Amino acid sequence: MEPTLAVSSKALRRQEVEEGQSKILFGFWIYIMTDCVLFASLFATYAVLHNNTFGGPSGAQLFSLPYVLAETMLLLTSSFSCGLATIALQNKSKAKVIGYFFLTFLLGLGFLALELREFRHLVLIHDSWTRSGFLSSYFTLVGTHGLHITIGLIWMAVMMIRVLKGGLGTYNVRRLKMLAIFWHFLDVIWIFIFTIVYLLGALRV
Amino acid sequence: MNRDAQPLVIKHDETKLKLSSYIIGFGLSLLLTLSAYLLVTHHGASRNVLVGIVAFLALCQFITQTYFFLHLGTESKPRWKIGIFFFMLGVVLILVVGSLWIMYNLNYRVSIPQELKYVKSQDDL
Repeated sequence: MEPTLAVSSKALRRQEVEEGQSKILFGFWIYIMTDCVLFASLFATYAVLHNNTFGGPSGAQLFSLPYVLAETMLLLTSSFSCGLATIALQNKSKAKVIGYFFLTFLLGLGFLALELREFRHLVLIHDSWTRSGFLSSYFTLVGTHGLHITIGLIWMAVMMIRVLKGGLGTYNVRRLKMLAIFWHFLDVIWIFIFTIVYLLGALRV
Repeated sequence: MNRDAQPLVIKHDETKLKLSSYIIGFGLSLLLTLSAYLLVTHHGASRNVLVGIVAFLALCQFITQTYFFLHLGTESKPRWKIGIFFFMLGVVLILVVGSLWIMYNLNYRVSIPQELKYVKSQDDL
């Protein structure tokens, strides 16, 4: 007798679904890895151009470290609360999932607001991306990260509504897992922006 | 018996996540971020040493977050996730180091004629 017959068709179906889900999660992981390569090319551009200030201000003159530390803390805490949401997801507690993702959303929004305020300030004092090679590469690198954050926030808002309406079904759970990976990844990228652009910039490397 | 005919047992791609993993990761990240920040703002060492330390702290935090937040390295046997992660690291290294190397070299070569001009002007004196 074929051994597969021992398993009910319902259990088999569940296995198929789970296998499909883990394949999708793996595909998403590959996307994250290619996004890392995208950021690496922007980091390389920045590293090459960061001294080409064309008579304009350098990073050490422009950036305020306490301000950037506040941004970093907001993003780091949001990554942590996203982790708490993942734990709640595992425990299938809908209220906690929404609560922690809402906290993550607020912290992420705070980060984005600080970043946009900094960009606005730079543009207003005429140190926008047109000023020098250094500022072009700075705006491209940090702006691309900010764009990812914006997309993450929109995704998070959509997912909170979906969970409110549809609960924690297989598909919502999978999407939330992908969102959590995405959000942690953005925090990892920020470590390097914080270190290479801001800390090493202040040291005038 | 044919092993392929056995019903597939799909293991979850992650083991049960623990709260402690996130708390440790968060604590370590805070510690590493703050120490790098304080070292730079208080000029804790000479500049070159400081650059080395800050870069090292960033690397530590990178490993901390990929392990405790992204749970890399905790998956079971066919370890595709970490495999592609190391492939990505290879590509990134070639990209970044290669770019810097080429641009440095270009800078060096382009600046030669000017140096020669300088040497010539010194000879004329």
